[in-house]
Amino acid sequence: MLHIKCPHCGMRSQNEFSYGGDASVKRPELGKDISDQDWNNFVYNRKSLRGKHWELWQHLAGCRQWIKVERDTGSHEIFKTLKAEEEIS
Amino acid sequence: MTQSFRLKDVGLIDRNKKLSFKFNGKKYYGYEGDSLASALIANGVHLIGRSFKYHRPRGFFGAGVDEPYAIVQLYRNGETEPNIKATEQELFDGLEATSVNCWPSVNFDIGAVNNFLRIFLPAGFYYKTFMWPKSFWFKIYEPFIRKAAGLGTVSIKHDKERYEHKYEYCDLLIAGSGPSGLASAYAAAKNGARVILAEDKSRFGGTLLTSEVNIGNKSGKEWADGIISELKEMPNVTVKNRSQVFGYYDHNMLVMSERVSDHLPETKEFHPKQRLWYIRAKEVLISSGSIERPIVFGNNDTPGVMLSSAAKEYMKVYGVLVGKNPLIFTNNDSGYETAIEFKKNGINPLILDTRSNPKSEIINEARDLDIKIKYSYVVVAAQGYKKVKSADIAKISDDKEQLGNIENVKCDCICVSGYWTPTIHLASQSGNKTKFNEEIDAFVPGISKQNEKTLGAANGIYTLEETLKDSFEVGHEVSKKITNNENKVSFPNVVEKKSSIHDKFWCVPLPKGKNYKRFLDFQNDVAVSDIEIALREGYRSIEHVKRYTTLGMATDQGKTSNLNGLQLVSKIENKVVPAVGHTTFRPPYTPVSIGAIVGREVGKHSKPTRKSPMHSWHEKNNAVFVDAGVWLRPRYYKRGNEDLFAASKREAKNVRTNVGVCDVTTLGKIDIKGPDAAELLNRVYTNAWSKLPVGKARYGVMLREDGIVMDDGTTTRISENHYHMTTTTAQAANVLSHLEYYLQLVWPELNVNVVSSTEQWAGAAIAGPKSRNLLQKLFPNSDVSNEGLPFMGYMEGDLFGVKARIFRISFSGELAYEVNVESNNGNFMWEKIIEVGEQFEIQPYGTEALSTLRIEMGHVAGSELDGRTIPYDNSLEGLLSKKKDFIGKRSLIREAFTAEDRQKVVGVVPLDKKTSIPEGSHLVKDSKAPSPNPKLGYISASCWSVEYDNPFSLAILKDGKNMIGEKLFVMSPLKNKIIPVEIVSSHYVDPKGERVRS
Ligand SMILES: [Zn+2]
Repeated sequence: MLHIKCPHCGMRSQNEFSYGGDASVKRPELGKDISDQDWNNFVYNRKSLRGKHWELWQHLAGCRQWIKVERDTGSHEIFKTLKAEEEIS
Repeated sequence: MTQSFRLKDVGLIDRNKKLSFKFNGKKYYGYEGDSLASALIANGVHLIGRSFKYHRPRGFFGAGVDEPYAIVQLYRNGETEPNIKATEQELFDGLEATSVNCWPSVNFDIGAVNNFLRIFLPAGFYYKTFMWPKSFWFKIYEPFIRKAAGLGTVSIKHDKERYEHKYEYCDLLIAGSGPSGLASAYAAAKNGARVILAEDKSRFGGTLLTSEVNIGNKSGKEWADGIISELKEMPNVTVKNRSQVFGYYDHNMLVMSERVSDHLPETKEFHPKQRLWYIRAKEVLISSGSIERPIVFGNNDTPGVMLSSAAKEYMKVYGVLVGKNPLIFTNNDSGYETAIEFKKNGINPLILDTRSNPKSEIINEARDLDIKIKYSYVVVAAQGYKKVKSADIAKISDDKEQLGNIENVKCDCICVSGYWTPTIHLASQSGNKTKFNEEIDAFVPGISKQNEKTLGAANGIYTLEETLKDSFEVGHEVSKKITNNENKVSFPNVVEKKSSIHDKFWCVPLPKGKNYKRFLDFQNDVAVSDIEIALREGYRSIEHVKRYTTLGMATDQGKTSNLNGLQLVSKIENKVVPAVGHTTFRPPYTPVSIGAIVGREVGKHSKPTRKSPMHSWHEKNNAVFVDAGVWLRPRYYKRGNEDLFAASKREAKNVRTNVGVCDVTTLGKIDIKGPDAAELLNRVYTNAWSKLPVGKARYGVMLREDGIVMDDGTTTRISENHYHMTTTTAQAANVLSHLEYYLQLVWPELNVNVVSSTEQWAGAAIAGPKSRNLLQKLFPNSDVSNEGLPFMGYMEGDLFGVKARIFRISFSGELAYEVNVESNNGNFMWEKIIEVGEQFEIQPYGTEALSTLRIEMGHVAGSELDGRTIPYDNSLEGLLSKKKDFIGKRSLIREAFTAEDRQKVVGVVPLDKKTSIPEGSHLVKDSKAPSPNPKLGYISASCWSVEYDNPFSLAILKDGKNMIGEKLFVMSPLKNKIIPVEIVSSHYVDPKGERVRS
């Protein structure tokens, strides 16, 4: 079970969180024209990479904040966690 | 029965406490402190089971966790448990155990024929033998295998024992209480660290209990006892025996199973049988010791062949002789320690040492005791079937290839020592990159991935002085990192005998003309010849060899077989062992009870149960409940002998004719506040929200980004910047997370707050033509007329002194209202509604009647909004705003979603107006078409229409728009039904929706 540092609450066990997928995905702006390909990429297409990955987690059974977590998908090492409003560096 | 193999006055057992027990129906006696194994050996019992594949007789090989043979079926306090190691099971009064894997009995075993037919059961026999002919599988192979194989029987009764889970945090978890565990725990504890010290066995001390050493002028055991009692007194230390750390997971999470009550005849009141500990440790010290390695020779699985360290442990800990005429077969000094112990107890052993001229203190001591020693000698084969009777021995050449003349010596046990293998399982599980240590011929931990360190024998350090020095040092250093303290403990004086180096010999060659089975894996019956076959057949990777031969795949996970297996592969392949590599170690290190893994989450406790504030009223009024997610909801209220069908029909009918009340507390409720609340609703719902006035409710549908309907519900504008959203019961949690996702990550500029208020409000739906009359009586000071409170209107009211929210919304399709009060007033509200409603013939109705009402009205719900349908499919396309964008809108123009013959919700009525239509049935054009019959749609929900008194269903049907009036067939192969039906509008009752507005 992973140990995730919530930027708001501190170190917490994985079972307090729920996974939210790739954090680098940006939702297209509302009301803007977008090609089928770009929309498909946003809705469906994700890299399933092995290695460092910025991903979203929600501290569901805690502060309920969505956070960004940089994790190695192979080793599960967590390098950094950020608040929702903080930009991935 | 006399305990004829029990020594006098030796061991750590309590001879004042005699215990009786049964094995295979026969009664024996042992003492408190015995293991089942030691008590059986004390009584001269060495035949305990049959092997898995060849059904060869099985005795005892070890004395602890490494035991591959002595697996029994245990009976305790009316329960039975398989796969119990007799070496680990502590004896208690009244214990009963039986052999496993033998049929009809341990002494006469049908499966032993396999032993004589073993030419047919080589490596890979599982893959080869039972492949064909196919028809043989069910009739012949499977029943035979089931009856003849297996390691015990699982109880099919409900386990009445209690198992607990515990979460714990510590600075330092130390796995194993041998010398390295004790020393490191002591140093760290004295330096202020919060320490958990875990010991698998009941006794602390590990090898200190059996070795002849002196620490600080005390015997090893006295020193261990002293350290343990001091640790137990310290508030920062938790000391646990009978506790196996079996798994090392990510981020220094370790799991330990504590056998709280397994050593007792029955579990004490309020105690669990076992406790599973989830331990998050800042640092982990692995002091799991080492396991003695066998030397491979002919018939080395005969009962009476065992590890020399086990023979010593049976003597020193349990006061039991494993034999009275022992043969010691060793390639190192450990065998001598066992021989000396025999000699001290009046038994004359014979030592066969594979080395030609070893010299050490221990060897000198053995010589001084007049113990017979033969150098450059090996055991070629054990003789005897159910017990060792003699051994064929021979001199071996210096290159270990040539055997001299075979001699036969009488003996009743063969104690083998092939040196020591560090127990690296936990380190390997943690991700540690292990490395091969040439000096000890085994893998040891290498580079750590997590915060762990391995100490002592588990790290390949086999001298006590070095082990203690290193462990005191590491215990101090690791604790200092955490506590910043500098309290050092002084290092005790250590006296131990020096050993000479071991001989890397591990497998006795076959003598000419002999074809003895030489076993590597004693539990899965994998022999040297099986590995040879696997390699001949082209298997190369050690992982493949393992799976093909099942080497190391038994419940002991190859604790005694792994290394010899690797040595064999490396020899045949002409590679060095590290080039072959070892297979992956995976948790659990030892088998763990399913009960312990499940813990308290059994049956109703597997998830929490949520009840509405009116629950006790429902109970008192004969409600029959149904699970709705984690909620319990009344399904119907039983009157007299009514069944579900009759009761729900009555309840639904009463709503259509008079008035009914339904507990709708379970609906998800989200409180939304902020100046941008309307904008948020605009974006998450498909319809427009900017113009909704205060005091009005609106129905809304929300989509996922892929265009699939996520949820529906009504949202009411309570005041200027305050909305009350409702969701379906099932989606309540998801919708809240969904809103939080968009507010926190996608549109943080929106000034809105959302919070769940599901628990805060109790809800009652009042529905039926008389509902307004009832409402007037409930709220005499409010104007609830059609003008005062129109359809989709909202007002606050005073319910006999209690503040209430009144929504004019309808799920049943009747004139209906929903009243909400604070949860703690829920029961008051409910009772008032029932009391005042009596004059209007009110009846409570449950979810079944609720379903009936919504189905015949054609209101889509969870069974249509099933995560596969878009708004069009549910005839909700009218709610799609053309003027604004919303979540998922872009997906709706995808080709499949705009197809002309796109599926759509329709109504289905059986032509005979009688036959009920099973939910989930398929709709087809031609009931006689050959399989696969093209499926046009499926029945999503069925009811008995109370309006028309005939069955009615909703279906999602291909090209549903153009299918009204068509005649199709409903097919349910499950229920063996074919029903001719007509497709009608989904709005079966009141298609214009006049009633809700009346
Ligand atoms: Zn948090």
